[in-house]
Amino acid sequence: MGEPLLARLIADGPPSLWEWFARNWDTGRAGSVKDLLGDHLVMSLVPIVAGLVLALPLGLASARWRWLYQPTAGVFNVVYALPSLPVFMLLISVTGLSKTTVIIPLTFYAIAVLLPAVVDGLGSVPDHVRQSAVAMGFTPLRRLVQVELPIAVPVVLAGLRVVAVSSISLVSVGALIGQGGLGMLFTRAYQNPFLPPVIVGIVLIVALALVADGLLVLAQRLLTPWVRARRAS
Amino acid sequence: MSWLSDFFGDPANWSGPDGIPARLLEHLEFSALALALAMLVAIPLGLLIGHTGRGGVVVVISANLARALPTLGLLVLFVLLLGTASILPVIIPLVLLAIPPILVNTFEGIRGVDPELRDAAYGMGLTGGQVLGRVLVPVALPLILLGLRLSAIQVVATTTVAAYTGLGGLGRFVIDGFATKDYASVVGGSVLIVLFALAVQLVFTLLQRTTVSPGVSRRVKVRQVASGRETT
Repeated sequence: MGEPLLARLIADGPPSLWEWFARNWDTGRAGSVKDLLGDHLVMSLVPIVAGLVLALPLGLASARWRWLYQPTAGVFNVVYALPSLPVFMLLISVTGLSKTTVIIPLTFYAIAVLLPAVVDGLGSVPDHVRQSAVAMGFTPLRRLVQVELPIAVPVVLAGLRVVAVSSISLVSVGALIGQGGLGMLFTRAYQNPFLPPVIVGIVLIVALALVADGLLVLAQRLLTPWVRARRAS
Repeated sequence: MSWLSDFFGDPANWSGPDGIPARLLEHLEFSALALALAMLVAIPLGLLIGHTGRGGVVVVISANLARALPTLGLLVLFVLLLGTASILPVIIPLVLLAIPPILVNTFEGIRGVDPELRDAAYGMGLTGGQVLGRVLVPVALPLILLGLRLSAIQVVATTTVAAYTGLGGLGRFVIDGFATKDYASVVGGSVLIVLFALAVQLVFTLLQRTTVSPGVSRRVKVRQVASGRETT
């Protein structure tokens, strides 16, 4: 560690972040900001998608067989409390220093948030709606796909927004095992004390999270047009 | 498994300033300090905003933004800016990241109290402060405690990562062990942190069981993970 950079920051004024970013975006060598952004996207998107794909059947099963819910939710609640760094470290002996080591724990955290969201979402289907569907002769599968899941969308998507934003910021901890996407900018900046990479890293990660969040809000509007129609009338 | 016996069986790991008891105590101290400071800010603010109903939107938006902030980035930023002469540069991000879960859940808890209940309390002649203390807080307690639990989970995790920027605590075993390829230390330290996190989770779950009024816990369904943490 060198001297605190605050004094130099005050003396020299703010560093040119844009210049640093432009110079390091595509250096042609491994570890350019472009590469790191790509890694970051893979390591955060896979857990978000895999978490949803796994949480849906688990949630459906838990909603149908209520006795299943308490133990499953209990297990994932415990998993959710585990700090990511030691979990990464313990997984290294199984999956090595790879992206998988980051992706697996993040997927479990995603399920922990999405499972209650799916169960609550299905629980938010009013009884009269379900009964109407039965009375109209919907088969259980069609009732699920055409009636129950669409009504559950807002609650599930609310959970998915939490998952997306926290996964994107969590990936950066992987930098401590050399797999952190944009988080690598933080470890690099720490080893070689320099402010621009840290700030650019934080800005890019927050921007990525906001974009993902915005896309999910948009998805919700497209998937549940009746919410706006009801508000307008 | 021989890593575990190497680590826990080594008497050198059980004494001195870098032994397990000292590191465990440090982890507890840093986590408790950060959580206490965060509570000091977040609970009064959450009560105020929930009670007056002003500024709620700002709270929710800033809490969502805080979830997007990468903990490692904040830690490195503060340590680079302020140096490592004291633990202050590390404590600041720890506290900053611990505030949002408590703030949002306290606010949501108070705001979510049945308005009829609040009106009844005023109707009985209670003052604003009495309504808050005797009615709103007890009813909102499940959510406030959920916020504290999420925040505690977050703080324990962030304290672990903070070992990278020179803070003591259990993270040292993992970070230093990884840097020196001492895998017994990495695995042993990881197991200790996991056990520590589980113990914290257990304490807060028990706290929830024992402090929430039975009349409240029967009526109010606390949604688990209602407000996600921004984890590390």
